[in-house]
Amino acid sequence: MQYGVIEKNNLNQWFDSLQHKGMVYAPQKRGYLFVFDRADSFDDVSLHHTPTILSPKKFYLPQKELLFEFSREPFGVTKKRPEPGKYILFGVQTCDIAGIQCLDVVFGEEPVDSYYQEMKEAITIIGMECMDYCDRFASCAAVGTHVYQSGYDLLLTDMGSRYALHIRSEKGEDLITGHDYIREMNASDRDELTKAREEKMKRFHVEFDEDISAVDKAFDEGFFSDVWNDVGKRCVGCTNCTAVCPTCYCHDIIDELSLDMNKGKRYRIWNYCQMDDFAKVAGGQDFRAGRGPRQRHRYYRKFKYPLEKYNKYFCIGCGRCSRTCMAGIILIETVNSLLAERRRS
Amino acid sequence: MSFRDIISGTVRDVSPYRPMKARIIKTRLYTQFEKLLRIELENKKPLGHRPGQFVQVSLFGFGEAPLSICSSPTEQDYFDLTVRRIPGGIVTDALHRLEAGSIIGIRGPYGNGYPLEKMLGGNILIVAGGLGIVPLRSLIHYIMNKRKDFGEVRILLGCKTPHDMLYGDEITDWQRRADILLQCTVDKADPDWKGNVGVITTLIPSVELNPWRTYAVIVGPPIMYKYVVAELLKKKVPEHQIIMSLERNMRCGLGRCGHCLIKGTYVCASGPVFTLDQLRALEGECMEGECHVQA
Repeated sequence: MQYGVIEKNNLNQWFDSLQHKGMVYAPQKRGYLFVFDRADSFDDVSLHHTPTILSPKKFYLPQKELLFEFSREPFGVTKKRPEPGKYILFGVQTCDIAGIQCLDVVFGEEPVDSYYQEMKEAITIIGMECMDYCDRFASCAAVGTHVYQSGYDLLLTDMGSRYALHIRSEKGEDLITGHDYIREMNASDRDELTKAREEKMKRFHVEFDEDISAVDKAFDEGFFSDVWNDVGKRCVGCTNCTAVCPTCYCHDIIDELSLDMNKGKRYRIWNYCQMDDFAKVAGGQDFRAGRGPRQRHRYYRKFKYPLEKYNKYFCIGCGRCSRTCMAGIILIETVNSLLAERRRS
Repeated sequence: MSFRDIISGTVRDVSPYRPMKARIIKTRLYTQFEKLLRIELENKKPLGHRPGQFVQVSLFGFGEAPLSICSSPTEQDYFDLTVRRIPGGIVTDALHRLEAGSIIGIRGPYGNGYPLEKMLGGNILIVAGGLGIVPLRSLIHYIMNKRKDFGEVRILLGCKTPHDMLYGDEITDWQRRADILLQCTVDKADPDWKGNVGVITTLIPSVELNPWRTYAVIVGPPIMYKYVVAELLKKKVPEHQIIMSLERNMRCGLGRCGHCLIKGTYVCASGPVFTLDQLRALEGECMEGECHVQA
């Protein structure tokens, strides 16, 4: 089966069945925001939400991840870390699926990252297709991540009274077999799905003032633009934008020694190019000094460098950086300023 | 671990972060701050490096530090590192206190190294400023071992005072050799100093070189690049034959952690050795001396 259908009132029952297949995580409301957290009951789950504070990146590349345990005397390194267990991520938004695929490319390159690969194998993604904008910060249509056809095991699409289920992998198929309330998609369902998608496409529009090919050119030509001085003056260097970005993967390596001063653990931790000591060397020289150059670097790492290297935008248009910025630096506005400057010159 | 292994699922637990066990077999303090560590991998396994590459040195509990390899791969049983102790350098400070017999961890070698294949047969001009001699010592030893493969070899060496000079006795040996031309200069002399006084740039105008055959390999602080490269351009050395090694904050060595990026280029993986024309493409994020140079 490649496409299935589930009635909305059966979703609850199916969700409960997932609990036997692994640890289920889903978006949940916390205050006025949302987080991806362990969900034992369908009542906990928020199906309509703005992107969660942190993206599902936190499962693939944990904020603090054990690399190995060591012993100083005698010199030793543990070979294996504990098996991660089985994760089911329920309700991953379309943009976040795109974000995970960006990381897949980075951590699949030589030398292949065994930690990431292990988590990738342990995780099953049940996507939830966005049918409308979450809020005004999203720019997913400009980079084309509002429609996605890969990167998930299962994808739920809201067609009104029922959900379409797209099955993309054996892992996904395993989760829906044996449930008689999930049936194969018939011709009329298919029409319904096509219609729902057509309606969806009417709601989305390119969020920038010009289309993405103009944005490419603006980044090609805009490295020395005044826009970056302006952004740099407003930036307070809090690093929030990079902490919440689903495709930021910069990291550092730290040791923690236990009280016996002999055994300890080496971790990989998130690290951000917006930190003021990020590019500083031990001798004191800072190779990317100033908030303007650091913000420019962040934008170029989303719109230009990965495009050259992987033919992929690493901005997935989720809008998290804009939503979280303490100084009100909004990605859509920055890109528009860059476009405007190019039109003027 | 290769991509194929991942796909077939045969290798599941090979961490690129796991260091190899290594032993310090000899140390030598050159100055108050710089110490040479001679290191042997477990079972005398050769490191298999190229001159110009670096390793990540692990001291469990302290962390890791990227250090240039300063011996030639022609010496297979061991390799040398030279560590400078600096305020705030937690790992380097701890390394500095180690003596022969100590066990450390090594990952690597990483980086591209000098473009030896291209340099082969050419005249070599080596310009070392301050600690720049450390990664260049690897190249100098390599060239001496394979001397007949290279044309004229000239070394220009500069440091602040005669006391800061590293590898003093080796330099005396190099000076005695007929097949190597060596000139030293110090910024500030002391009464015993018999060599040149002045910045390293002052040595270049009098150097006679055939620009089309010359590969200039320069390692030093960014400010030195600026003036040395300008002098070499005046002498018409082509940009792709002007070779520099860059210092950056390399944390992982795997081209992933992001700390050493210049624009979209990972210094740890695509560098640390670059030619001037490669660095020109990185204009905007290079230091002034590394790419903004005019003749």
